[in-house]
Amino acid sequence: SIVDDIPQRRTNRRGAAGRGGANGRNRGKKTVDDDEDATNRKRKGGNAKTPTRRGGGGGGSDEDESEDEAPRRKRGGAAVKKKGGRAKDSSEEDSDVKKGKKLKNRGKEEDGNKGKKANTKGNNKDKDKDKDKDKDKDKDKEKRRKKKDESSSDSDSEADEEESMSEGEMARLMEEVEEKKKLVATIRNKPWRMKRRLTHLKEAQQFVDTFEGALGKGKGRKWYAYKVMMTKKWIKFQRDFDNFKTACIPWERKIKEVESHFGSSVASYFIFLRWMYGMNLVLFGLTFGLVVIPEVLMGLPYGSVPRKTVPRAEQATAQDYSVLMDFNGYCKYSVLFYGFYNNQRTIGFLKFRLPLSYLLVGIGTFGYSLMVVIRTMAKNADVGGGDGEEGEFTFAWKMFTSWDYLIGNPETADNKYASITTSFKESIVDEQENQKDENIHLRRFLRVLANVLITCSLGGSGYLIYFVVKRSQEFATRNDLSWYEKNELEIIMSLLGLVCPPLFETIAELEDYHPRIALKWQLGRIFALFLGNLYTFLFALFDEVNTKLEEEQAIKNASIWAMKEYYANYSLLINNTEATPPPMDPADVIRGPCWETAVGIEFVKLTVSDIQVSYLTILIGDFARAVIVRFLNYCWCWDLEAGFPSYAEFDISGNVLGLVFNQGMIWMGAFYAPGLIGINVLRLLSSMYYQCWAVMATNVPHERVFKASKSNNFYMGLLLLILFLSLLPVVYTIMTLPPSFDCGPFSGKAKMFDVIMETIDLDLPAFMGTLFSYAANPGLIIPAVLLMVLAIYYLNSVSEAYQKSNMELKKKMQMARDEEKNRRNNTDSTNQVMKDLEDLLPNQSLASTAPPPETEKTTPTETKPNKTNPGSAGKGVRLQRDVALASANPHTRVLVSQPLGPRGPRTSAAAAAGAGRGHGYGGGPH
Amino acid sequence: MGNKQTTFTAQQLDAYQDCTYFTRKEILRLFYRYRDLAPQLVPLDYTNHPDVTLPYELIGSMPELKDNPFRQRIAEVFSEDGQGNMTLDDFLDMFSVLSEMAPRDLKAYYAFKIYDFNNDDFICKSDLEKTLNKLTRNELTEDEVRMVCEKVIDEADLDNDGRLSLEDFQHMIVQAPEFLSTFHIRI
Repeated sequence: SIVDDIPQRRTNRRGAAGRGGANGRNRGKKTVDDDEDATNRKRKGGNAKTPTRRGGGGGGSDEDESEDEAPRRKRGGAAVKKKGGRAKDSSEEDSDVKKGKKLKNRGKEEDGNKGKKANTKGNNKDKDKDKDKDKDKDKDKEKRRKKKDESSSDSDSEADEEESMSEGEMARLMEEVEEKKKLVATIRNKPWRMKRRLTHLKEAQQFVDTFEGALGKGKGRKWYAYKVMMTKKWIKFQRDFDNFKTACIPWERKIKEVESHFGSSVASYFIFLRWMYGMNLVLFGLTFGLVVIPEVLMGLPYGSVPRKTVPRAEQATAQDYSVLMDFNGYCKYSVLFYGFYNNQRTIGFLKFRLPLSYLLVGIGTFGYSLMVVIRTMAKNADVGGGDGEEGEFTFAWKMFTSWDYLIGNPETADNKYASITTSFKESIVDEQENQKDENIHLRRFLRVLANVLITCSLGGSGYLIYFVVKRSQEFATRNDLSWYEKNELEIIMSLLGLVCPPLFETIAELEDYHPRIALKWQLGRIFALFLGNLYTFLFALFDEVNTKLEEEQAIKNASIWAMKEYYANYSLLINNTEATPPPMDPADVIRGPCWETAVGIEFVKLTVSDIQVSYLTILIGDFARAVIVRFLNYCWCWDLEAGFPSYAEFDISGNVLGLVFNQGMIWMGAFYAPGLIGINVLRLLSSMYYQCWAVMATNVPHERVFKASKSNNFYMGLLLLILFLSLLPVVYTIMTLPPSFDCGPFSGKAKMFDVIMETIDLDLPAFMGTLFSYAANPGLIIPAVLLMVLAIYYLNSVSEAYQKSNMELKKKMQMARDEEKNRRNNTDSTNQVMKDLEDLLPNQSLASTAPPPETEKTTPTETKPNKTNPGSAGKGVRLQRDVALASANPHTRVLVSQPLGPRGPRTSAAAAAGAGRGHGYGGGPH
Repeated sequence: MGNKQTTFTAQQLDAYQDCTYFTRKEILRLFYRYRDLAPQLVPLDYTNHPDVTLPYELIGSMPELKDNPFRQRIAEVFSEDGQGNMTLDDFLDMFSVLSEMAPRDLKAYYAFKIYDFNNDDFICKSDLEKTLNKLTRNELTEDEVRMVCEKVIDEADLDNDGRLSLEDFQHMIVQAPEFLSTFHIRI
């Protein structure tokens, strides 16, 4: 508030000086000088000033004076009398001298010291200044300072004499020193020119130097400097840390670059991709660290047991390229698939419980994914799920804060220009959408029509898939298959994936949604399509698994029979029942079909073909197209770039869903093919670079660049859905299907989860087993489930309530804003009232407020920024004061200032800011 | 070594430290940056306040400024003559305001001045158009520019006079989340 005060006081002074002519020195000087003078005098208190004013000004309604009056009154009559004696400047000095003689040594010493100090400093300053004007000013200042020093020491000595006065005086002085100190500390916050700041600084410092010693307060500054230094260091540390953190985020620059050219919607895909990569990396770590690597390091080597050996019949072709590409042969009997793992309870010298670890990792994969997805969603919702709405100042902020002044490199600057343009375009699209008025009936009809069409095509594709799956089951029993018949399922699914999305997009044109909403619809529809695919695929898979399970039963018997036969033959041949027969060659053992590995292979195949298809699509659909358009354009009949084929746009919905769907397959397949996650990590990694390159090299930005919703929670929601859907079949198989008898870590057990029971029974102390049996008791589980349901219900209603209050608050904010706007508009009218009032007042008063027009011009720019709360305070207050000055009678001032009161908190805040004036008003009417 | 001692007196350095957001070291570094712009013009000895002014062409070619679309305005606002020709004081002033430590209010004040192209203490439509065209390198159509400017005025103009006063601007900018981090030059 002190900082705020100074300029206001200056205006006070100006008024007083201009009218009364009390202080001849001040007249005609720059504001700078005025200001100093005002502040100095103000600080000095009544001693020097009041008599002067009394003599010259004739005691008008000057605010400064009234301010000073209050404390003086407190001091009591004696002091006033004493001061009353000094009527003029000159006589003041005289009396000072006289007094000095009268005073005790202490006061005198101080006086002298200070005078010297001030002198030397003044001289320094003289040297510093290079212009004559400044020198003059300095001399003036010097003089004044001397006077001040004297008068203050005078007050000190008075303090010695009279206790009643000394307290007030000391407090006042201390306050002033504090003020000055504050000024020194905050001078850098003032929007002044350096020269002016330097001058003020010197003033203030000298003042502080002179009086701080007297008051014994020198520590504050050091402490302050220390604090400032620490803040600086802290900020620097924070900055470095932030830089470090940003440097740790991979591909940030790449994504920013894409964003600046293609908008946030395209960037949101890459951010999603990056997030996915991070999650998969963790899954990869889990699976490889706890399952694959222990198996490789400590498990039995290849060829040691039947499940780790390629059967004799397949060995001839096991290394063929086509076989390997189908993930048969050596691939099938490798660590990548479920069947390779042995059912030994522990492996290696560490006694690593591989089967248990296998099961726990399988479940942990889902647990971790669920946790991460839900947490990210919650966090995003926290950030503000608002669909692009940014509050009241979207455009203004874009306009004034989007350029980053830190940019010092032409390339970055180019990118920034692009990104600013893009973001403006995004906002313009939003705004146009808001302003659009439409034929609502036609629109509705078209939307319904579009939905009908899309439902039809969804149903059709669902049926097609069902049909193909049926056929492929038929084919599975035959051997004379063509290439097409073998791969029919994949081909049809890929084709559907290629054809349907563009079809949907075309149909969606009918709906004419905002691109962001259209994207969501598009995502939902393609998701439904993929979901159909996924589930028909799954049912087909289950059919296969069931046939395999039946088959297995037969083979199991045959295998045991063959084993027995082998031993029987052996003993028959050797004719010696005692001799132990050499074990059968593992390649010769009759195997079961091992449905788990079959499922795993199916998923891996699907994933790989998905990767191939999507990469080829980019290569052909985007890159080849771009090349053709670019280079054939030189010799073509029409403009290829602007006309028909043009360059491709980045297909956000297709890519996002591809990613989500792919992740679903990973989750489902990971349990049966631990290597799948490794493949997926590689895919995401390459995808990042490949697609970043492709989008920058071959695509053009969307016609209507639109802003992605701030959180990509829609993507996350789809992911969560897929996660849940893929969780179901896996858990179902783990809990209900019997594992194969001769492959995988759970072979020989009735159910896969028996491995947990086994561990509890064998490895944990007995009481743990009983504890688990209690925990598994339905009597305990059902209440637990109930409790959870209740908790969900409660939390849900709480969040709903919050949402409601949120909406309410938003409404209120909007209302407050409107109200404020209205009020501002009304200020104009109040101003008008004030102007009328001014007109009514005597002419002379108007003349007196008018004189310093050139200073008037400079002050508004300088006073305003000092306000902590922006608003019309400055204007209002000045106006108020002008009127106040104009009226000769202090009573009228009170009256005039009253209508300004109800203008709200701003006026009162301004009044609080000018605390000094506060008691001035109080003192006025008395 | 000796140069460092004689460039400024201790008092000068202290005063500069008090008047800017820089440490002694940074002030000296800034001085050398200033001097490097025109070594033949700027003396090494600043103890007696030589009256040296560097033309805008030199200031605007600093790597910190040369890619900034508002560099000319920045230099004009901070220079005493309003033409972009800067003394050392102006130079220090400029980077002090744009430094990380400067408070929001101060930055807002100078940002307002920078965006107020015609120096009339209001940001009016023509100022907004200039700003926008500088930001987007004239890539928006006229309609779009007009619409954006109208929206800006609509959003931020609280007293409905069709232009932004300093108060409007401050009111708007204090709520901007990115203002402090973007209105900032690291030197």
